[in-house]
Amino acid sequence: MAMVGAASLSVVAVSRGEAVNALWIVVAAACSFLVAYRYYALYIARNVMRLDPSRPTPAIRRADGLDYVATDRTVLFGHHFAAIAGAGPLVGPVLAAQMGYLPGTLWIIAGVVLAGAVQDFMVLFISMRRDGKSLGELIRMEMGQVAGTIALFGAFMIMVIILAVLALIVVKALAESPWGMFTVAATVPLAMAMGAYTRWIRPGRIGEVSLMGLVGLLAAIVYGQSIAASPVWGPVFTFTPVQLCWILIGYGAVASVLPVWLLLAPRDYLSTFLKIGAIAALAIGIVIMAPPLKMHAVTAFVSGNGPVWSGGLFPFLFITIACGAVSGFHALISSGTTPKLIASEADAPMIGYGAMLMEAFVAIMALVGASILDPGIYFTMNSPAAVIGKDAASAAAAVTAMGFPISPELILQTAKDVGEHSIISRAGGAPTLAVAMAEIFSHVVGGPAMKAFWYHFAILFEALFILTAVDAGTRAGRFMLQDLIALVVPGFKDSRSMVPGIVATALTVAAWGFFLHQGVTDPLGGVNTLWPVFGISNQMLAAIALMLGTAVLFRMKRDRYAWVTLVPTAWLLVCTLSAGVLKLFSADAKVGFLAHAARFSGAAGRGEVLAPAKSMAEMRQIIFNDRIDAALVAIFLFVVLAVLVFTIRTCLAARKVAGSTAREIPAQLVPAE
Amino acid sequence: MSLFLHRLRQMARMMVGVPDYDAYLRHMRAHHPDRAPMDRTAFFRERQEARYGGKNGGKCC
Repeated sequence: MAMVGAASLSVVAVSRGEAVNALWIVVAAACSFLVAYRYYALYIARNVMRLDPSRPTPAIRRADGLDYVATDRTVLFGHHFAAIAGAGPLVGPVLAAQMGYLPGTLWIIAGVVLAGAVQDFMVLFISMRRDGKSLGELIRMEMGQVAGTIALFGAFMIMVIILAVLALIVVKALAESPWGMFTVAATVPLAMAMGAYTRWIRPGRIGEVSLMGLVGLLAAIVYGQSIAASPVWGPVFTFTPVQLCWILIGYGAVASVLPVWLLLAPRDYLSTFLKIGAIAALAIGIVIMAPPLKMHAVTAFVSGNGPVWSGGLFPFLFITIACGAVSGFHALISSGTTPKLIASEADAPMIGYGAMLMEAFVAIMALVGASILDPGIYFTMNSPAAVIGKDAASAAAAVTAMGFPISPELILQTAKDVGEHSIISRAGGAPTLAVAMAEIFSHVVGGPAMKAFWYHFAILFEALFILTAVDAGTRAGRFMLQDLIALVVPGFKDSRSMVPGIVATALTVAAWGFFLHQGVTDPLGGVNTLWPVFGISNQMLAAIALMLGTAVLFRMKRDRYAWVTLVPTAWLLVCTLSAGVLKLFSADAKVGFLAHAARFSGAAGRGEVLAPAKSMAEMRQIIFNDRIDAALVAIFLFVVLAVLVFTIRTCLAARKVAGSTAREIPAQLVPAE
Repeated sequence: MSLFLHRLRQMARMMVGVPDYDAYLRHMRAHHPDRAPMDRTAFFRERQEARYGGKNGGKCC
């Protein structure tokens, strides 16, 4: 296995200057992951954690048949994977492809083996030994009250940014696309019908209602084509990005206060099964098609002047591919439902480490998807309109000038193939991936005639689970905010009174709505600005989780194994802190928020209007946005540095004590009841 | 084969947060014979509320 992996990697390494087949990358990744799982995960389990299969897990000790259920490990693997895999691993690698496929591939493989999977596994281990407590509670238990509160606040801000970025991706995918908009809009009444069915007609029949929903979805995609072509209905479902932004904000506010069975639950069934199905289909499709990679291995944009996002390879590549290599958000899942369901400590490597490897595999496939497209198409879709203009002729000229020759006819033809008016400047990853998936799926089923169908299928699948995440995330953000406000205003957590819930929901929606609106109106396309902020915040959460792991290892008196978490912590801190500082203070106005604000306020002072702003009011808006973004990055920097200080304190204190001070539930406790 | 299908069904239901109802019944019979267990519908609704009520921290990016 190791030899196959090494051979595949060396094929990738030596085949410069000619098209490399995508399968080599997939095989290289799969082999690396299997080797890492077989040796490194086992090493961590045996030596670092010293997992003990005879030790009762929370599912055994606190069994209640509901939250705490000892679950078969393959079943639990599915549950955990479905919870961690979302839009992140699909979008990040697509954006990262602007530097070529090689840097992204190497970072995903190295990052997941040494950092991402270790983080998920470690948090699962810590939570599993503490009755399945959540990340915030764990930090409070092991590092103190203040550290816990700071981390909770950081997690809330990260949630806000994630929601804004996800909503922005939906806006980018659905703007000016009546076909896509119709299919996504159709999911709302469809889900409500499913909700009524599971509520009153046949409660609990998830399988049959999901099948009916799927039929409805496919009908909506097919029917959407004629809706889009209709002179009456086409314009009704055509929205500008700003209109869509307000629709989404309104949707988020309303959906998150509806009863869960009506809209959220049934749509979650659809999106979960569709997600798993689409990922499996993508894997099969890539293997059958075995497409050659058309993207260069390394492009000229590694030095940091790329159109998709600005900044050099270090540190920004490691920020752009967050989920897939290492994602702090997983710490919330690994300390959520999963530790309450795990049947034996012996299952932990497969769930904690293995599921993350699987997610990295999804990221590799997304990267492959972006790289099998003609690079000219890739840059046409992902460069901001401010750089390449709005029509095919200007886009073709600009992208050709970047060094990726493309003709205006090819741009128009590609748009026509997928049934859209235009594919120019559709940043955000989702549309690019949808074109790639249409390419792969239509190769396997249906031929070129089916491309438009598969494109809208892919858009629908991405939009569906993003909308589910927006809805669920708003609810989660609301509870986090209520917890935080309750620290200052006691009684704000009171769930009997309506007011705190409504206030917290409104604040949460307003928070992500603000960043969404900023992203939508950003002339550089928004993704450019928001994705790095999201990446920084997500990696910082990962660093916080790994610091918790380090503190726990020190408190368990396993200092000599602490390098397992210290090495990835150090790397993430170096990446996120330097990226954060660059975002704040870089003199390059394309990278630094403050430099950008200074350039614009200087011009405003002289009474000039700088492109892309068109009026003084827009100038002020840009300056204001820059300062908000800068403040946000500063908050993230503060949070991570504060947790770092608490970690060091905890570790030093632990070294002075002779025995273990970790607050685990002792092994010899007999099962409850 | 039937075991495989059973597992697959369980996995699909667990992915959307609904654990095995029979396991719940077994647990209630073994540990709380004095209490009446929820019926299938009540169990399903309780699990829906628990998963989507928002206290689970939501899902990943």
